[in-house]
Amino acid sequence: MDLSPIILTLKLAAITTILLLVVGLPIAWWLSKSRSIIKLIIEAIITMPLVLPPSVLGFYLLLAFSPQHGIGKWLRDVFDVQLVFSFPGLILASVIYSLPFMIGPIKSALQQLPPSLAQASYTLGKSERQTFIHVLLPNIRASVLTAATLTFAHTLGEFGVVLMIGGNIPGVTRVASIAVYDAVENQDYSSANAYSLILFGITFITVISVFVFNKYKAKSPLE
Amino acid sequence: MISIDIEKSLNSHNNLSVLQITQEIPAGSITKIYGPSGAGKTTLLKVIAGLAKPEKGKIRVNDITWLDTENGISLSPQQRKVGFVFQHNALFPNMTVLQHLCYATNDETWIKQLLTIGKLEAFAHQKPEYLSGGQQQRLAILRAMATKPQLLLMDEPFSALDPEMKTELINDLQYLWKELATTVLVVSHNPQELKGIFQRAILIKSPVAGA
Repeated sequence: MDLSPIILTLKLAAITTILLLVVGLPIAWWLSKSRSIIKLIIEAIITMPLVLPPSVLGFYLLLAFSPQHGIGKWLRDVFDVQLVFSFPGLILASVIYSLPFMIGPIKSALQQLPPSLAQASYTLGKSERQTFIHVLLPNIRASVLTAATLTFAHTLGEFGVVLMIGGNIPGVTRVASIAVYDAVENQDYSSANAYSLILFGITFITVISVFVFNKYKAKSPLE
Repeated sequence: MISIDIEKSLNSHNNLSVLQITQEIPAGSITKIYGPSGAGKTTLLKVIAGLAKPEKGKIRVNDITWLDTENGISLSPQQRKVGFVFQHNALFPNMTVLQHLCYATNDETWIKQLLTIGKLEAFAHQKPEYLSGGQQQRLAILRAMATKPQLLLMDEPFSALDPEMKTELINDLQYLWKELATTVLVVSHNPQELKGIFQRAILIKSPVAGA
């Protein structure tokens, strides 16, 4: 059995999770601080991948990054970068698609902390950044872990977006979910079963490790 | 001298009302603030600390303008750096007693002195969840004192302490306040609390309705 789709899937999920931690933490913090119309609109845009059919998101990403026009043409002409049918393209699509899974739990956890925690830190002369790093972030550790796990697990199972923007190029964009689909199309049920079992196992271990880690600390990832 | 002249709307029980305070408080004094629930005592402390913004007003502390809404001046809480004891302590769940104090100051001698005053030496490596209500309250007071603030604002700071511990702690704190020339504002519901210790008392009446 060709293991490259599994390795590619794990690589995609790991990179997406790390990137989303870097991008998602400050965005979630900013969104949690106060409400304004602009924030509501941005939050709605971030939440869209939860309800939008993945193929729709993938279709628009395919159009946006097509090397024939728009951003895609500019990226190719200026930086010699092609996102469509490439691994970097898969990463970008995954980051956009999994954004709500990272930001939602972190924002919600930050909003549940008593405002007096940050206020107490400010009166000690600490900046907002120091307060976030030393006071807020350590107290939402369990939720950050939950968000990272959900993002990782969600990326493992991506299909529609990945197929639209990445296609099915072995070793480049052919992730496990596409390998399963491809195997079924070719009536190779034993390969489909093998890929599916491995995906099931990895996802189960990922989710159960969060339950164990958060046993006394946080709600289940499904709450 | 601390000069306060503010007007802040309060939104309690869906009734819009206004907190109006004009006071001159001598530097280095201990002032008790009392009044009915919902009158705006906590809000007043938060406005002084820069944690809440009034619609109108001026606050000057030792000849420095902290707030002047007419001229658009409003120092941040970090610039005002008051000591603040929150009503429910607002301790950091991730930090031990010692880490709370180290977060506020680097002065190790001062930290040791504070731990002794609060009788928390034996609990230095405990997190708040393992402290009793009284120990948590003492830690909140020590943390607020750790920065040696010129102005200390305390919101019901002694409510969870037993009488003996309270008397001892207040005596020690009084000595420190005198030494550091700290101006202290204490919100308290208990008429007996701080009797014979505070030099001034401010009554905050029920706020003016219909702003």
